[in-house]
Amino acid sequence: MKHNGKIIIGLIIFLVLITLPIWYNMATGDNDRPEVEVLTKNIPGKDKCVMPAEEMRAKHMDLVVEWREKVVREGERIHTTPDGRKFNMSLTHTCLDCHSNKAQFCDKCHDYTGVKPYCWTCHIDPKEVNR
Amino acid sequence: MSKKTRRDFLKLAGLTAAGIATKPIVSVLEAAQLPQENPITAKQWAMVIDIRKCEEEKGCTKCIDACHTDHNVPEFDNPKDEIKWLWKEEFHYAFHAQEHDYQDEHLRHTHPLLLCNHCEHPPCVKVCPTQATWKRDKDGIVMMDWHRCIGCRYCMTACPYGARSFNWCDPRPHIDHIDPAFPTRERGVVEKCTFCNHRLAAGLMPSCVEACPVDAMAFGDIEDPNSTVRQLLGDKFTIRRKAGLGTQPQVYYIV
Repeated sequence: MKHNGKIIIGLIIFLVLITLPIWYNMATGDNDRPEVEVLTKNIPGKDKCVMPAEEMRAKHMDLVVEWREKVVREGERIHTTPDGRKFNMSLTHTCLDCHSNKAQFCDKCHDYTGVKPYCWTCHIDPKEVNR
Repeated sequence: MSKKTRRDFLKLAGLTAAGIATKPIVSVLEAAQLPQENPITAKQWAMVIDIRKCEEEKGCTKCIDACHTDHNVPEFDNPKDEIKWLWKEEFHYAFHAQEHDYQDEHLRHTHPLLLCNHCEHPPCVKVCPTQATWKRDKDGIVMMDWHRCIGCRYCMTACPYGARSFNWCDPRPHIDHIDPAFPTRERGVVEKCTFCNHRLAAGLMPSCVEACPVDAMAFGDIEDPNSTVRQLLGDKFTIRRKAGLGTQPQVYYIV
């Protein structure tokens, strides 16, 4: 029991070292939630998104997969919302029509959460091609 | 008194008529934003290609160019990497079973247009382990789901027409001008003609048919006795590629 002091100091140093990435991110601000530019273009008549923002934030990936299956496998291309609004089920057209800044809207959040969706290996952001 | 009532009635009738008349206009406006609401449909799509008519336009590649630009088909220098949806081939390669040494010289020197035959019994569909390629029940198009393709290339081996191409490397740097309206493919995916199913959904004919300057390609419903394809098939002598295999190809050639 004569090394109590050393053990406690050692433990404290260990804890500080193992949590260092957390302190580092807090100090540099790398861990802050990114400011996302939600809308970049207002399309007349399309002032409301397909789903409310809260639901969109949580379920947009499911919606996109559902649209993909509907369009490609079932040949259905129109999405009707519960309140009767109609949308063309298209990532490049419908989604990017309003959220036209992919780098600011999609990538920023995906980078922050460490998600790597492979939509864009085939689908195209009109701004990123033919330059 | 009765005169006034009659006038009121006419006014009301006029207003109602005006209302009924404007409704379709409003619907048309809505539809303009969603062109997919006016698709062209068929029970079984088929194509009839007039080889001689096509050959009249020597060296014309308008249909191939239209198809390949519309669908972001890449161009490679190395023929082993070639991706093709629509292409021309010498007659004896395209129809090697129907060719002989004493055939009409003119026909022997033609270069018929080749594409996916959208077979009634597609062998590619049978072998696909992920159902990334399947025959659509509603109109017989042999579809491709590039999301599901794992690049095993069984379909390429199964297809007797060489209608399928494999992306050995990322196609994007090899596309001259990318059309954002249609996706590109990625490395490790098989691709082929889809009879422009996305254009049909928007009420448009396939881009090759639309681009042909001499109307050498006809496209329509083979199960509709009044369609142009059926009329052509009834009037003219037509052949199909490797019909003996029993795949029932849906691209017919007028010789």
